[in-house]
Order: sequence, then structure tokens, then C-alpha cells
Amino acid sequence: MARAPTGRAARAAEALVVPLGALAAAMVVFGLFMAVLRQNPLEVYALIYQGGFASAFSWQNSLSRAAPLILTALCVALPARAGLMVIGGEGALVLGGLAAAVAGHLVAGAPPTGVKLAMAAAGMLAGAAWIALAGALRQYRGVNETISSLLLTYVAIALFNHFVEGPLRDPASLNKPSTTPIGDANMLGPLPGLDVHWGLGFGLVFCLLMYVLVRHTTYGFALQIVGGNSRAARLAGLPVGPIVLAACALGGAAAGLAGMVEVAAVHGSANASLIAGYGYAGILVAFIARQNPLAIVPVAVLVGGISASGGMLQRRLDLPDATVLVLQGVAFVLILASEAVYGRLKVFQPARA
Amino acid sequence: MEALGWWGVPIAVLGGAIRVSTPFLFVSLGECITERSGRINLGLEGILVMGAMSGYALSYATDSPWAGVLAAGGTGLALGLLHAVLCNLPRVNDIAVGIGLMLFGTGLAFFLGKPYVQPKAPTLPAIPFGAWSGSPQIRAALQVNALFLIGIALAVALAWAFRNTRWGLVVRMVGDSSDAARAMGHNVALVRTFATAVGGGLAGVGGSFLSLYYPGSWSEGLSSGQGLMAVALVIFARWDPMRCFYVALLFGGAGALGPALQSVGVTSGYYLFNAAPYVVTLAIMIATCSPRRTLAGAPGELSINR
Amino acid sequence: MIVPSGQPSRRDVLKGIAAAGALGALAPFAPRPALAADKLVVGVIYVGPRDDYGYNQAQAQAAAAIKKMPGVSVVEQEKVPETTDVQKTMGSMVEQDGATLVFPTSFGYFDPHMLRMAEKYPKIRFAHCGGLWTEGKHPKNTGSYFGYIDECQYLNGLVAGHTSKSKKLGFIAAKPIPQVLRNINAFTMGARSVDSKITTQLIITGDWSLPVKEAEAANSLIDQGVDVITCHVDSPKVVVETAERRGIFVCGYHANQAALAPKGYLTGAEWNWITPYTMHVKDAMAGKPMVNFLRGGLKEGFVKMSPYGKATSDHAQKAADGVKAQMLKGGYVIFKGPLNDNTGKTVVAAGTGHKQTDVVLEQMNYLVEGVIGKV
Repeated sequence: MARAPTGRAARAAEALVVPLGALAAAMVVFGLFMAVLRQNPLEVYALIYQGGFASAFSWQNSLSRAAPLILTALCVALPARAGLMVIGGEGALVLGGLAAAVAGHLVAGAPPTGVKLAMAAAGMLAGAAWIALAGALRQYRGVNETISSLLLTYVAIALFNHFVEGPLRDPASLNKPSTTPIGDANMLGPLPGLDVHWGLGFGLVFCLLMYVLVRHTTYGFALQIVGGNSRAARLAGLPVGPIVLAACALGGAAAGLAGMVEVAAVHGSANASLIAGYGYAGILVAFIARQNPLAIVPVAVLVGGISASGGMLQRRLDLPDATVLVLQGVAFVLILASEAVYGRLKVFQPARA
Repeated sequence: MEALGWWGVPIAVLGGAIRVSTPFLFVSLGECITERSGRINLGLEGILVMGAMSGYALSYATDSPWAGVLAAGGTGLALGLLHAVLCNLPRVNDIAVGIGLMLFGTGLAFFLGKPYVQPKAPTLPAIPFGAWSGSPQIRAALQVNALFLIGIALAVALAWAFRNTRWGLVVRMVGDSSDAARAMGHNVALVRTFATAVGGGLAGVGGSFLSLYYPGSWSEGLSSGQGLMAVALVIFARWDPMRCFYVALLFGGAGALGPALQSVGVTSGYYLFNAAPYVVTLAIMIATCSPRRTLAGAPGELSINR
Repeated sequence: MIVPSGQPSRRDVLKGIAAAGALGALAPFAPRPALAADKLVVGVIYVGPRDDYGYNQAQAQAAAAIKKMPGVSVVEQEKVPETTDVQKTMGSMVEQDGATLVFPTSFGYFDPHMLRMAEKYPKIRFAHCGGLWTEGKHPKNTGSYFGYIDECQYLNGLVAGHTSKSKKLGFIAAKPIPQVLRNINAFTMGARSVDSKITTQLIITGDWSLPVKEAEAANSLIDQGVDVITCHVDSPKVVVETAERRGIFVCGYHANQAALAPKGYLTGAEWNWITPYTMHVKDAMAGKPMVNFLRGGLKEGFVKMSPYGKATSDHAQKAADGVKAQMLKGGYVIFKGPLNDNTGKTVVAAGTGHKQTDVVLEQMNYLVEGVIGKV
């Protein structure tokens, strides 16, 4: 794959310009929609900017909404690298949260650092096992992973509710059934100097590690071959099964960690508030980021920022909460459609000698 | 009303199967057509919700619930068309577009549906098939909506059409091997566009059943993922319209089982009861799939089979 | 678009559509509220849609009432989940809108979300719906308001007991938590004060908003011979409509659902949040310290009954009015001994009674005799 440096630069520019162009188109479409409803589109966009990105407060608002999405997006992006379309991050997240809460309770006497590590390990293991299950069903039984991971999500939520409100319920949690609290000392604090919890830090580190793994290691290279054509990979003697399972497990671990962060940094115990749809929002982020671990970060921040501004639109313009869903929907659909533009624009085609 | 005790459970499951299955039936038939042509549309959940909203709104505005059903079908058709057109573009992933459509459809429905949450629109009438019975429970269970009957007729017609008509053959051929279809001179993109749009239309009608018959009003929490489940249901039914009907009945009945058991005093583990249909689907998929061959009846071009 | 009871007329909605084209069904959008510095800005946060005919609508009605008070401006945000979202929403109302009094109205907003924000913004008042505030444990700039709605559920039960012919009542509940159990028990006790043969069949759906499951639950109860039904879910809309369609009677909850069941609506247990909202707003405007613990029943005007429906017999009305008069005087005790749970265990001994303020009632973990179901 020898390519002239100018070619690489052109590709990078293309990867930036095409989605941004699609985003701009989405803003025009949404602006027209607003105009039809007699809202001033410029005012709407000014408020979105104000709500999501204009001040230190709004940035922190956006970042804290982005944090869980970064991790759940990895749960889609990593299996996708192996050619698997997993949409079950929500299930891995809630089970990761449940496992973390149980672990935190079991080792409650240990020093806080130990408790936190145990919780993170338990959350990641639970998430990894859940998504690896979908991967294994695909690899060894031929069960489609998109459907099985969706079904597994419903099962995971049922199990989660059953345990939180049944066998694992803390009797002191009266009107909000929860597991036993992990205790204030064992909680993850905010990132230094910020009002954003550690989930963001974990997400950034995880993304960076995964980027290095995918791009600069032998495993990443093998993953690329498997994702491209698993039959060819098998013929080349690659252990396809373990490679696929590892990608699923890593993705599941990311979502499980997101669940652990919800417990350890936000709620202090596992309860129904964990089922907030972060897993589904992560699918969206991963696709817009074209399954690239590094691109996930800015995309998640953008999605988080639009969500953050939803409140502003409700409070200032009395628009329904679904307004930002419409904007996100339009943007998502157009960015996906823009895939078709790659390689079509002359500007980005390196001159071939 | 005479109490039925445990006899109430099978009657409730039967009634529930008839009441709850119709949206599953329509969405799965729609998805069946789409998938037979070699495409998967995960956005049917969004189309279902849009159908529910637009059907209710039109029924309210025109005083005619059947106008609502038509509007829901039209909305679904348009959204299905959108999915099809986007997926006709090179390199655009049908699963991703489906998820995008799910978000867009539900968002738009919630947005435009705000003014219709409170007003009461006329709903679809029921046909009292149980009029012969002296038991009010049986009479209630056999209150059947015309859409349910239309759904059955549609399943039969589709099953026949897939086997016996040129149209059915073309859709299947496009779904099994686009190269072969192209060689035969068929326009693959056009067939898929048509199949996806029709699939969307049926999903829209399924949504109107939720808002216009059962439970019979529009609210944002109306769908609890029926549209998404129907996609799994099609695979469960092996892309066979008649099996779609049986499986839809099974899902409807399973949904009624939890409350029915509680009403006779079986009160524990309701979360697990509620998850029963998902576990059963998964178990059957695991039992019937094999890594060495694709599922019997699976369209060869379907992205989830490759 | 909040209409206290009933619904917008078709003409209103159609006029809206005509005004702004086919997409203009949203014509009632108001212009941007003035966030003038000299006004008290009040933030109200809902967990669901505020036109749900239920929990959120009851809160939104109070918000609409304080909006009319001079010198008050209200900012509202709906469908805010009980995650960091709600923390940031409270923060946004304070930082971006200048709110100094915030009503986070969902039970799950309290711990940790509201407590964390109260610590961050010690000058802002936070009034939470649910009755969790404890002296010495929670900050002074927070408080809770709640109503003894079990009084209304007792009256619902009384009316239901007088109305039922089959002597079988139905209760559809979201989750078996103390608040819900207290309502189920009060409803049943009210009914059994009429006739001790009456039973209440309980169905738990598992979550606060599951329309299809709620409709199925109502249908299976009706199939079992239940002829009066009530519920404790976020939006009673589906339950009330299903009951009406099957031709049985129904008692409302949270808000007034009479418009949804003109034939079968007997009466209903409603919140009247205007009382605590007005108190908090007045105190904030006067600069008086916050009343941290606000609760009351019928007497204090925190809860109210829906007007009786056409189906409610004079006899039932008279009986309910009699008990209601005692409640309005104050000191009426619903949970008094001897009281057994439905396994035969004594839960309140003979001679003791729990007044409404008694914290024991907030830890209720049993179903009284006559309820068919299990916690």
C-alpha cells in the first residue's frame, strides 16, 4: 500500500471534509425544518452553541454527557474491526455496573484503591463476557451477532432488574430499589479541576490504547485481515476465533467499564437509573466515527454537546425535548449517506503519474 | 362476571396473542419482504413510532381511523423509501442507516406528536367474534380488529406470492444472488427500493394499530421496542410469511403470560417472565444455526448472513 | 401544552395546523420567556413528558400556576433521566438561566444528584418531591415536599367498595416499593371497610411506563372478574382507557383522568402540588429561610379528590364524604391495629395506630389482608 505523502494528506483531508460537509448539510436541513415551524434557525443554532460549547460550564456539560458514549462506542467499533456488527452495548453496560456494585460490596473493607480496582475489573469482565458470548455464538454456532446482541440486551436488563429489586436489593433502599452502596470513600471523584467524572479519563485512555492496538500491533494487523475477509484469514493460518473473541471482549470491557463508572462515580450503587440508553447512543457515535477509536472522542463530544443544548432549546424556546433527536437523526443519516462521496471528489484524488 | 381462575390464563394468553401480535405481524411481514430482497432495515422501530403518531394525528384530524391507518402506511412507505434510496448509494451500510432511521423516526414522531398526546382520536372498531359465547371473558378475548385479519390475509398472500408469482420470484432472486438477477436483466436496486418501501409501509400500519386500537392512544412510551423485536422475529421465522404469523402470535401470547399469571397469584419473577420471548428466540436461534451453513431459507445477499 | 382537565378542542388543534402549514401542529410554541434580573427564576425538571395525564402532569400543573404569580418566571425541562443529565440540567438552570429555586420533581433525582448540586450551589434552593429530607443529614438549602395520597386512595377504595358487584378490585402497580404498597393497602382497607369480603388483585408491571403491559394487566384483571380498577404507574392513561373500553369502573391516580373515561370514572386520587410550590416560591421571594420538610394530606391541601363521576352512586358519595370530612378535620388514622398482612402476620398491633407523619409508614413492606399478591 505504498502511497505518496500527498495522497495520504489528501485522504486525511477527505476524511475530515466529507463528514463536516454532511454535518453542514444536516444543519441546513434542520434549519429549514425550524424555519417551517416559525423558529429562527440562527437563534436555534446560537442556543445550541451556547448550551453545548460557549462557556466552561457548557463544555463540562457536553464532556460529561460524552464520557459514557466514548466507552459504549468502543463496544461497537472494536467488534466492527473484526467484521462483527454488535449493538448490545447497553446490556454489557448494565451488567458491568451490576458486577461492579457487587464487587464493591464484597471487598468493601479493603483500601479504596483496591476496591476501585476490583470494581473496574469486575465491570470490565462482566461486559467482556457478555459481548464475547455474542461473538462466540457467531463464531462457533453461526448465530447472527447483531440480533443475538440485541436479544442479549433485553435479557441483561431483565436480569439486572431482577437482581437489583430481588436478591441483591439493599433493604434500606426503600423507594428506589438499589444494591448496597459502595460507600463514599470508594467513589471515583471528578477529574482534577473539572466537574466531569473519571469516565471521561478512562474513555480517553481506552480510545488511545485501542487506537495503538488496532493500528500499530500485530494483533491489530491480524484483526484487519479478519475483518476484511475471515475466510482468507483462516486460509492464511490466522486463529480467527480467538481474534474475533478478543475484539468482542475488549469492546464489551469498555461498555462494562462505563457501567462501573456510572456506579462508582455517579450513583454509588446499581439501580434502574443505569438503564439510560447510553449503549444505543454509542452505536451512533461509533458509526459516525467510522469505527475509528480516535475519531470516537470528538464525535462523542459533538453528540454530547447537542444533547446538552437540548435543555437550552426547551427552556428558552419551549421546543420539545425531541428537537435534538431530530437534529441528531438528520445529521446521522446524512453523515452515513456521505460514505458514498468518498473517492468521488476530484480535489482529494492524488494525481496518478 | 364469573371468575375463571386458572382457566383465565389460557384465555388471557389467547386474547393477548390476538391483541398484542398485530404490530409484530405487520412489522415482521414488512421486514420479511425487505430481507427477502437482500436488505435489512433496522429502522422499522422508528417507522413504527412514526406510523403510530401520524395515524393517530390523521384519525384525530379527519375523524376517520381508517384515514389514520392509510396515513401511517404512507408515512412508513416514505421512510422506507428513504432507507432504500440511501442504501442504494455505494458503500452505505444498511444496518447503520437503519439505526439512524430509528433515531430520526422516533425523534420526529415525538416532536410532531406533542400536540396529540392529550386529545382523544377515534379508534378502530373491533369485530365481536365471540358473540356466540356466554362468557364475557371469551367475548373480550375474541374482540378482533380488522387489521389482525388483514394481517393474516397478507401473510397467506405473501407466502403464496413468494412461491408462485413472477414478482415474488424476482424479489427472491435479487435477495439470493444479485449477480444472477443482474444477469437475468433485473434492476437490483429498483427491486430492493420497492421491497424496502413496501416493508416500511407495513411497519407504519403496524404502528397505527398501537395508537388506534391497542392500547389505543398516542404517547411517547407507546412502543417498547416492538419494531426492533420484529427484526429478530423474522430470522426466527426463517423469512417465511406464514411462520411470521405464528411467531407473532407466540410473542403476543408470551407478552400476556406475565400479567395473566400474576392475576391468578403467581407473583414472583415477573422480570424474568417478561424476558421469556427473548430467551426463547435466542435459544431457538442457537439450536437451529450452524457455523457450516447459512440458515435454511436465508437470502444469500443479506448482510447479516455474510 | 397543559390543559388541567379535559383536552384541547379539535378546533384549537386544527387552527394551529392551519396557522403554520402541515408541520405547524406545534403552533402553541411560546416566545422566549423573559429572564429578567428582577424576577425570581424557578426551574422545574420532569422525568417524563409533562402531558402524561399522570405524575409529571400533576407537577406541571403546579408549575403553570406559579407561572401566573407576579414576579415569577419559570423555566421547564422534561424527560430528564436520573443520571448526570439531571445534575447538569440543574446546573444549567442556575448558571445559564439564573434560577434560584429549583424543583427536581422525580424521586430518583434526590440522591446523589440533587444533594451534589446543593453542595455546589449553597445559595440556591432545591425543593424535591418525595419526602426524603432528614434534619441533620441533608443540607439546609434543600427540602422535600410530599403528600399523604394514601388518604385519597383510601377514599378511592371506599367508593370502589360501594360500587363493586363482584367484590373483586384490581390494582396495577409499577414496582413493589413502600410508597406504592402504602397506596395499595390504603385502597384495599378503604374497600374492606365497606365489605370485608372484598379482595384486591395486584399486578406488578415492573416499570413506571409500559403501556402495552399495563393494558394487558388491565385486561387480565377484568377477565378474572375485577370490576373496579386503579393503578400506580407514571401515566394511568392506558389503564383508565382500557377499563372504560371493557365497561368496568376505574379510580384515577396522580391527575384527573375523568375525560378519558366519561362512563366509568368514579373518582381519583390527585396531587395538589400548587400548595407546596406556592409556599416555596413565596418564601424565596420574601427571602425567608426555606421550609425543609413540607408535607400534608387532604387537610393541608397537598392532595385532592377528583370530582365524582356519573357512575358514582349517591350512597358511595355520602360514605366517602363522611370519611373525607374526618380527614379534613385532621388526625384521621388509616393504619391502625389490629391489622394483619395477607400472610396472617400482625403488622399493626391492636390498640396502636400510625399517624400519617409516622416514619414507620414509609418503610412499609407488606400487603394487608385482602390483597392478592406478594411483595
